[in-house]
Amino acid sequence: MAKPIELEVNGKRYPVNYPADTPLLYVLRDELGLTGSKYGCGEGQCGACTVLIGGAPRRSCQIPVSAAAAKPITTIEGLEKDGRLNPVQQTFLDAGAFQCAYCTSGMIMSSVGLLQTNPNPSQAEIVQFLQGNVCRCGTHLRIIEAVRQAAKMMQEHGR
Amino acid sequence: MSGVEDKFVIEPERYELSAAPMHQFELARRDFFKILGAGIAVFAIAKDAVALQETAPGHRSFHNEEWPRDINAWVHIGEDGGVTGFTGKAEIGQNARTELAQTIADELRVPFESVRMVMADTALTPFDAGTFGSRTTPTITPQLRRVAAAARDILVKAAAKEWNVAPAGLNAAEGKVTDPASSRSLKYAELARGKALAQNLPAEDPITPATQWTITGKAVPKVDGRAFVTGRHQYTPDLRPAGMLHGKVLRPSSFGATLTAYDDSAAKAMTGVFVVRDGDFVGVAAASVHEAQTALDAIHAQWKEVPQISNKEIFSYLKQNAAAKTDDRFRKQKGSVEEGLAGAAHRLDATYNVAYIAHAPLEPRAAVAQWTDGKLTVWTGTQRPFANRDELADVFHLPESSVRVIVPDTGSAYGGKHTSDAAIEAARLARAAGRPVKVVWTREEEFTWAYFRPAGVIEINSGISGDGTLTAWDFHNYHSGASGIETPYVVANQRTEYHPVRLILRSGSYRGLAATANHFARETHMDALGRMANVDPLDLRLKNLSDPRLRAVLEAAAKSFGWPRKKTQEGQGFGVACGYEKGSYVATFAEVAVDKKSDAVRVVRMVEAFECGAIVNPDGLRNQVAGAMIQGLGGALFEAIEFENGRIKNPHFSTYRVPRFRDVPEIETILLDRKDIPSAGAGETPIMAVAPAVGNAIFDATSIRLNNLPMVPNGLRSV
Repeated sequence: MAKPIELEVNGKRYPVNYPADTPLLYVLRDELGLTGSKYGCGEGQCGACTVLIGGAPRRSCQIPVSAAAAKPITTIEGLEKDGRLNPVQQTFLDAGAFQCAYCTSGMIMSSVGLLQTNPNPSQAEIVQFLQGNVCRCGTHLRIIEAVRQAAKMMQEHGR
Repeated sequence: MSGVEDKFVIEPERYELSAAPMHQFELARRDFFKILGAGIAVFAIAKDAVALQETAPGHRSFHNEEWPRDINAWVHIGEDGGVTGFTGKAEIGQNARTELAQTIADELRVPFESVRMVMADTALTPFDAGTFGSRTTPTITPQLRRVAAAARDILVKAAAKEWNVAPAGLNAAEGKVTDPASSRSLKYAELARGKALAQNLPAEDPITPATQWTITGKAVPKVDGRAFVTGRHQYTPDLRPAGMLHGKVLRPSSFGATLTAYDDSAAKAMTGVFVVRDGDFVGVAAASVHEAQTALDAIHAQWKEVPQISNKEIFSYLKQNAAAKTDDRFRKQKGSVEEGLAGAAHRLDATYNVAYIAHAPLEPRAAVAQWTDGKLTVWTGTQRPFANRDELADVFHLPESSVRVIVPDTGSAYGGKHTSDAAIEAARLARAAGRPVKVVWTREEEFTWAYFRPAGVIEINSGISGDGTLTAWDFHNYHSGASGIETPYVVANQRTEYHPVRLILRSGSYRGLAATANHFARETHMDALGRMANVDPLDLRLKNLSDPRLRAVLEAAAKSFGWPRKKTQEGQGFGVACGYEKGSYVATFAEVAVDKKSDAVRVVRMVEAFECGAIVNPDGLRNQVAGAMIQGLGGALFEAIEFENGRIKNPHFSTYRVPRFRDVPEIETILLDRKDIPSAGAGETPIMAVAPAVGNAIFDATSIRLNNLPMVPNGLRSV
């Protein structure tokens, strides 16, 4: 077995023994038990597996685990701090921006990534940014509204 | 043709791919309290014809069966005051868990938060035929309401006995019984303590009318919302029982292909890999998905393929291969179509084609199977847990009592998760490995080996008088199905027939079944007829409709949409369509913009009015209605399964286009709350009128009539 790869996920360090080309998604889910990131297509086409790598939203099904070792990784499980939801989680909850909710983790992670680089996105910018995230239940309009509300909340609270 | 799907019976309603097996509910009354602890329990017995759909699908008789076989809802009040509702229905994103808990809380007079629902677990919940057909709201909410009312009655009587007063003067509210005369009160928890009291439902219970609902009818947020936004909710693919292996299944090279050469020696030589070949099933299990895939790739298999038709020939094939006899159940004839045509001022004979489409639920088919002492437990995302249980029992030659199917709240289905495919695969591998095994289908497997909404051909020959009155209506549906086949318009001379055709691709139910195809054809045709008679599309509908509920949704949506509208921009177009199905009514208006340079079609705005009787949860309902409208845009504009020689040519999200954020128009949903009408389901009907409304708007913008679904898979230019 090759030398363990060390990952930093949600502020904790984990040595993992996986082939270097294994998609990060499988390591997160099957090795670390972080099942909030979902398998939806395995091809980077649906966004259900989105995590933040070095703060940027990435499709974890497309990132080899070896390439994820260099930067800190945040998954949906790492957003809640001391029992307080991240503003995006809170506004998704408040807006009822999910139905089956299988896409929700990926939607939230993409939206968190968007707001980190663009704290006050227009509707068109939200649409553009989330174009790669599939919601089959058709909850798009509430998701857009949740992202707008999160932006507002973060600006009001100076976060 | 290939004979691939000979074993599947064609069901015009297509709720199921095969005949329903027999069912038996095996939890005896004495076992009930063992599971739940002491308290008060009330059961509902299905008596009426509507409820029987949940207990007796197909042609089975339930005569002379004793309780508790056909119980289908119950409520338990524990010694801690916690209330638990039980139903075999599954939560698949339609928000049933919330609306059912609301219903119990409302009728039992307890806070919403104190009610918990146990759903879709064949060991714990009453038998249910499946979560489909918009049945949960009309069937289970009244049943739960009746059991909750009966439970409240027991509690009031228990308090009356305690205080030695007449029950009639006591009030039940906020989880306690109060005597206004003495201001005494007893909590439900106190009344349930030390009791193991079970009661069948009395024949008649006074249930609360919708006008007096307090918790039902309110926009209560979805139960477990926090678990969904934190990623804590565990869907089937997220389960990881100790010692679990990952399974992969060898798929034939094409539909109907048979194995001619096989060598699994390399896979079997791999450490920690289990290889199973059993009849036509070949699968592997290993400690990781990667190892399982590596083992599967190491199996050498050769296949003999059979030639099969492609999507290019499907419509002519369906027409040529229709059964000689139409389905009696859906044949309707009134007056004389020939006379009606002869007397018409304008006649229109047109054909409409509808492509195969995929459900593409974001959670693919998945199952975790575990064998313990010869008994099988399977967690799987299915709409039919009891049918899955019976299929597993059948496949593994077990009594039904040795199989338990549990459905974690599931990442959607849309009619696509009736079968037990992944459950059987996981169970077969788990039996070989002697350990739990999880099988999660890949997206490509989901697009290829699940089942589709059937393709279809619809022919309509019709006539209209000079003043816009329909005179003749001759409607023929080939293969796609009979749901919503009847016209809601008043026509003196009409004939409606459904022509079955043997399955080509594996096909089954899809949100709304064939109502979407039939409404597309009918409402597109109506628009064209109206143009011939020079009658406004809305006026044409109102002129030929007598149903006041359908007229009401049309009028409400027209008002919000601003119909009739003047065009203010080039390429702008407006369209309308309407219909009813399964006790609910819909009218959809669409505005499109067609870009003259690129011929791209953009849906700018949609307004939909929907009425399904008394609204149970307006927030959940709005989500379902808007969701159906957006999902409907996919089948309307660009979704189509392409296939050739038994292979799906676009089994990926990169090649099978589903609606994404950029496709979503401005949407307005108008919910008409009819508290005087029993609540109907809402999962399906809101999708039906989307495609024809958009198509009619495209015609309004371009004078191009699109009679095939999808309408513009590659933009208007290619049409």
